[in-house]
Amino acid sequence: MSRSAILKSSLVKKYWMALTGLFLCLFLVGHLVGNLQLFIPGMEGQLQFNEYAKFMTSNPAVKILSYVTYFSILFHAFDGIKLTFENRKARPVKYAYNKPGENSGWASRNMALLGTVLLAFIATHMTNFWAKMHFTEMPMQTVDAEGAMLMEPLKDLHTVVMAFFNPSVNNMALVAMLFYVISMIAIAFHLWHGFQSAWQTLGVNHKKYTPLIKLIGKGFSVLVPLLFAVIPIYLYITQA
Amino acid sequence: MNLTLKIWRQSGPNDKGRMETYQVSDISPDMSFLEMIDVLNDQLVREGKDPVAFDHDCREGICGMCSMYINGEAHGPGRGVTTCQLHMRSFKDGETIYIEPWRAAAFPVIKDLVTDRSAFDRIIQAGGYVSVNTSGNTQDANALPIPKENADKAFDAATCIGCGACVATCKNSSAMLFTSAKVSQLALLPQGEAERERRVLRMVNQMDLEGFGNCTNTGACEVECPKGISLENIARMNREFLKASISSES
Amino acid sequence: MALQSNIPEGPLAEKWEKHKNNIRLVNPANKRLIDIIVVGTGLAGASAAASFAEMGYNVKAFCFQDSPRRAHSIAAQGGINAAKNYQNDGDSVYRLFYDTIKGGDYRSREANVYRLAEVSANIIDQCVAQGVPFARDYGGLLDNRSFGGVLVSRTFYAKGQTGQQLLLGAYSALSRQISKGKVQMYNRHEMLDVVIVDGKCRGIIARNLVTGEVERHGAHAVVLGSGGYGNVFFLSTNAMGSNVSAAWKAHRKGAYFANPCYTQIHPTCIPVSGDYQSKLTLMSESLRNDGRIWVPKKKEDVEAIRNGSKRPVDLSEDERDYYLERRYPSFGNLVPRDVASRAAKERCDEGFGVNKTGEAVFLDFSSAIMRYGKTEANIQGVKNPSEDQVRQLGEDVVRAKYGNLFQMYEKITDDNPYKTPMKIYPAVHYTMGGLWVDYNLMTSVPGLYAAGEANFSDHGANRLGASALMQGLADGYFVIPYTIGEYLADDIRTGAISTDTPEFAQAEKEVKDKINAFINNNGDTPVDDFHRKLGRIMWDNCGMARNEQGLKNAISEIQKLREEFYQKVRVPGSAEELNPELEKALRVADFLELGELMCRDALERNESCGGHFREEYQTEEGEARRDDENYTYVAAWEFTGTPSEAQLHKEDLVFENVELKQRSYK
Repeated sequence: MSRSAILKSSLVKKYWMALTGLFLCLFLVGHLVGNLQLFIPGMEGQLQFNEYAKFMTSNPAVKILSYVTYFSILFHAFDGIKLTFENRKARPVKYAYNKPGENSGWASRNMALLGTVLLAFIATHMTNFWAKMHFTEMPMQTVDAEGAMLMEPLKDLHTVVMAFFNPSVNNMALVAMLFYVISMIAIAFHLWHGFQSAWQTLGVNHKKYTPLIKLIGKGFSVLVPLLFAVIPIYLYITQA
Repeated sequence: MNLTLKIWRQSGPNDKGRMETYQVSDISPDMSFLEMIDVLNDQLVREGKDPVAFDHDCREGICGMCSMYINGEAHGPGRGVTTCQLHMRSFKDGETIYIEPWRAAAFPVIKDLVTDRSAFDRIIQAGGYVSVNTSGNTQDANALPIPKENADKAFDAATCIGCGACVATCKNSSAMLFTSAKVSQLALLPQGEAERERRVLRMVNQMDLEGFGNCTNTGACEVECPKGISLENIARMNREFLKASISSES
Repeated sequence: MALQSNIPEGPLAEKWEKHKNNIRLVNPANKRLIDIIVVGTGLAGASAAASFAEMGYNVKAFCFQDSPRRAHSIAAQGGINAAKNYQNDGDSVYRLFYDTIKGGDYRSREANVYRLAEVSANIIDQCVAQGVPFARDYGGLLDNRSFGGVLVSRTFYAKGQTGQQLLLGAYSALSRQISKGKVQMYNRHEMLDVVIVDGKCRGIIARNLVTGEVERHGAHAVVLGSGGYGNVFFLSTNAMGSNVSAAWKAHRKGAYFANPCYTQIHPTCIPVSGDYQSKLTLMSESLRNDGRIWVPKKKEDVEAIRNGSKRPVDLSEDERDYYLERRYPSFGNLVPRDVASRAAKERCDEGFGVNKTGEAVFLDFSSAIMRYGKTEANIQGVKNPSEDQVRQLGEDVVRAKYGNLFQMYEKITDDNPYKTPMKIYPAVHYTMGGLWVDYNLMTSVPGLYAAGEANFSDHGANRLGASALMQGLADGYFVIPYTIGEYLADDIRTGAISTDTPEFAQAEKEVKDKINAFINNNGDTPVDDFHRKLGRIMWDNCGMARNEQGLKNAISEIQKLREEFYQKVRVPGSAEELNPELEKALRVADFLELGELMCRDALERNESCGGHFREEYQTEEGEARRDDENYTYVAAWEFTGTPSEAQLHKEDLVFENVELKQRSYK
């Protein structure tokens, strides 16, 4: 029975949600560390960022991790959609009058909506940068900060990012910046519920430790998206 | 007090059902909510109309029979109370009150506010017991000391009255709080040890078969539960199920 | 027919063991050929059904609620007695037996009560094995509390929800058998008649409450675990659906009804607050462990409290009359229920009632709170604690013990019982009377059994606290599963009981005719109106105190009310649907007959004993005066057409092991 249970049971679906979700939290930290390098000014920053981009697209270990990430995103989304449809089916007739705000948080009730926003964001975001990096011709960085020729030219993702949020280069830069910021708010809400919920799903609920997990979750869900959001704002303002 | 009541009326399982409006007057604030419905029904019978069917029995908050979704909340606005323990002093004169049955695919409406909650019985039948036959020869009750903390936690989980407010209030109509309360009670006691894995696997399986939704940890069930059954129980069941799924051989 | 109690010969302590050894056994293969119907899924019904199924019988179980877990045993609060002597306070089977006999005012059968005390310890073992989470101490061992009418601590408990935990234990045992297919469960079904074939009970007629279908169910034996009849008073601590119908139908078909006038009025209930009231809520007897009952000494203080110019806490100790401690110094607040109830009535009748209706006394926890607070301060090492600190600590202790009861009280009354004393008043709670049964729990109809509150057997004229749960489970787990074999041993060749017989057809027709008569009745008055009126008549004349004239009046009033009921009652809707008004009408029809029989029984019994207090028969101090010379018998009534023509049979009670004494708790 457990063979079928491992695939079908409602609880197993939830374990998958939790595991993929927590993995994606780790991914966010990694991604953020990379992005923060955009704050390093000048050629030095450009070089470091581009080297980092190269490392992320070529290192075999990172490759494996990135496949796990793609899988996590897709599975998390697929599983979430499946759960949402099942949950809708569990209540065919809705209440005429309902006050869910009396007993639960907004974010916890709207994970599917937030998730959909995030999925749209991820698609856009990957088109903007990831697809360019992988599939199109990129401008190349050929010299380092001291003006010395690089042994091997680097795909210049740094310039692409800068240009993307530069209103004098991209006339959609404002829209792009706002879209990124709004999406980060969505991810904040998604994490606000998701982080602690994942632990509960995995069975971690303890009088002593759960308050700590909840605190970390709240800190995480505010800090990480905030730092992510500051970057496009910074790039937009400094280049305006 | 004078009140306007908007009540779900449905003559049987095949009727589509609709909200209907009624007026009641001279309601005392000391009445229980169900006594207020009694007044309405008395009025309806005298007018030659069909009274509102609703489930109720002990009227002291323990049998779990009463089950009304009042003003958008299971068992109404109070905390830690069933519908029968809700008193009219919680409402204002002239207020409009919405009264609906529990809504879940697994709890089909029988009539008006009466639903069929036998799905809960079937979940218990799937394993919510210790397989011990009656005999005069079970070991002495004090032969196995049980740490007070565990006994108390098991008791807290066991106070579930099976009313279904958790399902009614959950946006997914999930029965996790109900199921986990029984799984927890028996997992916390040495007597439940022997059937521990089998129990959680079977009960969760039955819960899924009944058509309840999935838990998304909104925590609404814990808030609306008249007995304050803790979310800790759901986490414990998640743990038990994970362990059992991995270690079971079948 | 002479009443055969079938009590085994031999010394008291050996009767049950010997009897068990002499009961004929049905071999396991034959048990599969035998069907048993169990009506009711409370402690007695559920435990009996589960035990039968475990033994191999095929069981059909019926309950009118939507799940067997909702039977009213669930509402029992305080605890369950057992002679375990875990507290080393000198308890024993004999002592439990003696307390129960004495508590029952010497109106119960010695042999039954001794058996009850004997199996009590097994109940606790069985329930613990099922996973019932009784309260435990820090050592992990079971905790006990004390209840009224006894001087030892033998009550096992699970906060104020002992009945719930025990019932859920029995329900889980039942669920296990349902999943195995050994019990077929019929939820939302109400038994409306028993079917007698060739002098033996061979089945029931039941109505599916959802579809309205009237069904026939055959079986080799029928067990009624359908509870008591306290709802004849309309207002009682019983559930709204609790009813006498199953027992009454059995009575009409030949089962004798024993001691109907023995009703228990529980001293600590929340007082009536208005005419709309639908039920009364009990505050567990366990509260009398720590609560002190009082009224003001002076009438002017009573007035001041009633009109709100004084609060109860404003009265100093010497302005209070702790009347139970004054009258019964040795048992104090822990006198048995009948004594405590009458004492409250006496004070209120004298004009000392503390609420607007004059029908309430105080149950005060302030001394206990301060006492516990001081101990707790010592434990926690708080030096020179302030009064507020002590009170706070004490409140926490009381909350841990009775939290759910205090919360229940506050929800209902909007008063905070930690700060101001509770107001309480006696209310109808339990009925000691019930179907007459022999030692094997068989009624006077062969093959028809009664267990738990539905029978009369163990509590005499007054039940001690925490003994109802004990009796329900004793009957269901440990008595009837054995004793029924004696009867069924003859049925192994009978084969399945056919329901396609004239007897079943006749019974079904009678039920349908009655239902149709209600549905087609051209009345205009809701059922509850009649029920309330009946309740009022019963409470005024056959309640805490009874007298000859009142009872005679009540009988004629009930007869009139019954006539009026059949003319004027309105039952809306149809018979083929969920129809709660029809369910109520069918139940009230039976209460209207039972009420009269209760008054007749009370009138017949010219003595005061236990819950039956005849004003004519009291001592100068107002205590009950028994008449052992003339009334040491069980009054078993045979139905002969109407309640007024019921015929009285007497089963003499023989006391070989205890000496009949004036019950004293002074």
